[in-house]
Amino acid sequence: MDQIMSFFKIKKSVAGMIILLFFILVAILAPYIAPYSPTSMEFMPLEHPNSQHLLGTTATGQDIFSRVIWGTRLSLSVGIITGLITIALSIMMGITAGYFGGITDGILSMITNIFLVIPGLPLMIIIAAYITVKGVMTIIIVISITGWAWGARVLRSQAMTLKSRDFIKASVIVGEKSSHVIFSDILPNMLSLIVAEFFGSALYAVLSEAGLEFLGLGDANAVTWGTILYWAQNNQAILLGQWQWIAVPGLCIALLGTSFALLNFAVDELTNPKLRRR
Amino acid sequence: MKYVLKRITFFIVTAWVALTINFILPRMMPGNPAQAMIAKFHGRLNPQAIHALKIAFGIDVQKNLLLQYIDYIKRILTGDFGISLSFFPSPVNQILSYAIPWTLGLVGVSTVIAFSIGTLLGIRTAWRRESTSSGIIIPIFLFLNSMPYFWFALLISYLFAFKLKWFPLVGAYSLNIPKGFNLARIASILYHAILPACTIIITATGGWLLTMRNNMISVLSDDYVAFAQAKGLPDKVIEYKYAARNAILPSFTGFAMALGFVISGALLTEIVFSYPGIGYILYQSVLNLDYPLMQAIFLFIMIAVLTANFIADLFYALLDPRVRTGAE
Repeated sequence: MDQIMSFFKIKKSVAGMIILLFFILVAILAPYIAPYSPTSMEFMPLEHPNSQHLLGTTATGQDIFSRVIWGTRLSLSVGIITGLITIALSIMMGITAGYFGGITDGILSMITNIFLVIPGLPLMIIIAAYITVKGVMTIIIVISITGWAWGARVLRSQAMTLKSRDFIKASVIVGEKSSHVIFSDILPNMLSLIVAEFFGSALYAVLSEAGLEFLGLGDANAVTWGTILYWAQNNQAILLGQWQWIAVPGLCIALLGTSFALLNFAVDELTNPKLRRR
Repeated sequence: MKYVLKRITFFIVTAWVALTINFILPRMMPGNPAQAMIAKFHGRLNPQAIHALKIAFGIDVQKNLLLQYIDYIKRILTGDFGISLSFFPSPVNQILSYAIPWTLGLVGVSTVIAFSIGTLLGIRTAWRRESTSSGIIIPIFLFLNSMPYFWFALLISYLFAFKLKWFPLVGAYSLNIPKGFNLARIASILYHAILPACTIIITATGGWLLTMRNNMISVLSDDYVAFAQAKGLPDKVIEYKYAARNAILPSFTGFAMALGFVISGALLTEIVFSYPGIGYILYQSVLNLDYPLMQAIFLFIMIAVLTANFIADLFYALLDPRVRTGAE
């Protein structure tokens, strides 16, 4: 409880929470906030911002403001879902390696280290280019597969530290099963680290999703911030002077990313005794 | 020595894994991509290209997977990456050797600059962590670090190249200047590199800053720093010679992760600025379903990152005696 209270005392975590809540609200209330349907092509194409179309219209006559509002839904949920899958993979690999040690650790750590050096985006581009089914699921899977290694490494070393603590040793000596020790003793004690890593993974997911969609490797018909940018670039929004078409969805990505980064930073600061403010 | 051997082993194993991923991926995908491609370009590919594709992607039914794999490894080791389909009939090697210097120059220089600025700022913000300026710098860099590279690239190209016309919009050099080694060409290359480099530097600095800041804060709470203060050593000496020297070590181990991230960002930056490096070519090859070129680029990026990482690891051994002697 104390930790949760002090979490709200750190300005960074409050700012992060506010931004995240804002986007969650926008996503939920999208049908009420957005003035038009995000896919309707009934308007004049390439209009500059005006009172009817706050952010102008696309080359196919879609209202950009409505697309940005509706885009929040997919962009946010892909970010969070991918973050969750990624952290689940990290937990599985990291804690198994750290808890069992020995050969298991040797093999899993090797795999982790290899995935750590493989640059994510090129691998994602290659995989996404081979997979002919383009869509949100593909993006989620591709990002999760390439993004879990960093978290696994952090969680592994934490699991190793915990394992040498007396209360875990006691559990083992009493004869508790490994699954019990892992789920009831180790996991709850690294919850804060897991939360911090989750926000880190979500940030990575949001940025990677945007990058892949911008390159046209996502579903070009889906309404997300990344695909809005893809169409803007494809229709040469910059050369047409339609800078708001690019600026606003990108700013949303950057702000959502910042909120995850702030939350990651705040949880880290709170739970790492060395980083805590004196 | 044991450490160096371990790093070399890791380098070789990882390179082998990369090679194997490259081999397995296209064969694992539902509906062989090469088959789809041959169908798509029906009649437009000449027999030589179709043959190259068949060998590269295992539609060659006469051979089993193991033999194909051995063939593949042999070809890679001899540097034979096949023929590009989008730039037919140029060999993939030739296209790569043209693109590589651009990327190495751009990414190399910007990474060194970002690393230096980020690390220095990290030291400063950790040393004066209670100050207002540190309180402002951190959120700003968290934001800059959370920006999609390509978006920031688009924005600055709109502002500085399209609106203000201070810098060129795309490309790596002016086409009006004769090729070869002359001052005008070098100036033109530098001039074209400024915006892409700024994109990478501004978005990448935050990562180094945060790593360095956190290491530095950990080190500052160590007893030997308190002892140095008690001895009355000047602040500057403690800050740089005592604390920063030790705090910079984890930045080198974090190099692997950060470099992968920077490379990814640089690819997108190149695409936005149509900068003729590896990223731009990769994008072109993906658009044109040029699988041989795509495979070769992926391998090249992997090997480049592994090598940079290997060098960072050796540096680490040089800087940290504990690694050399094997003591904890």
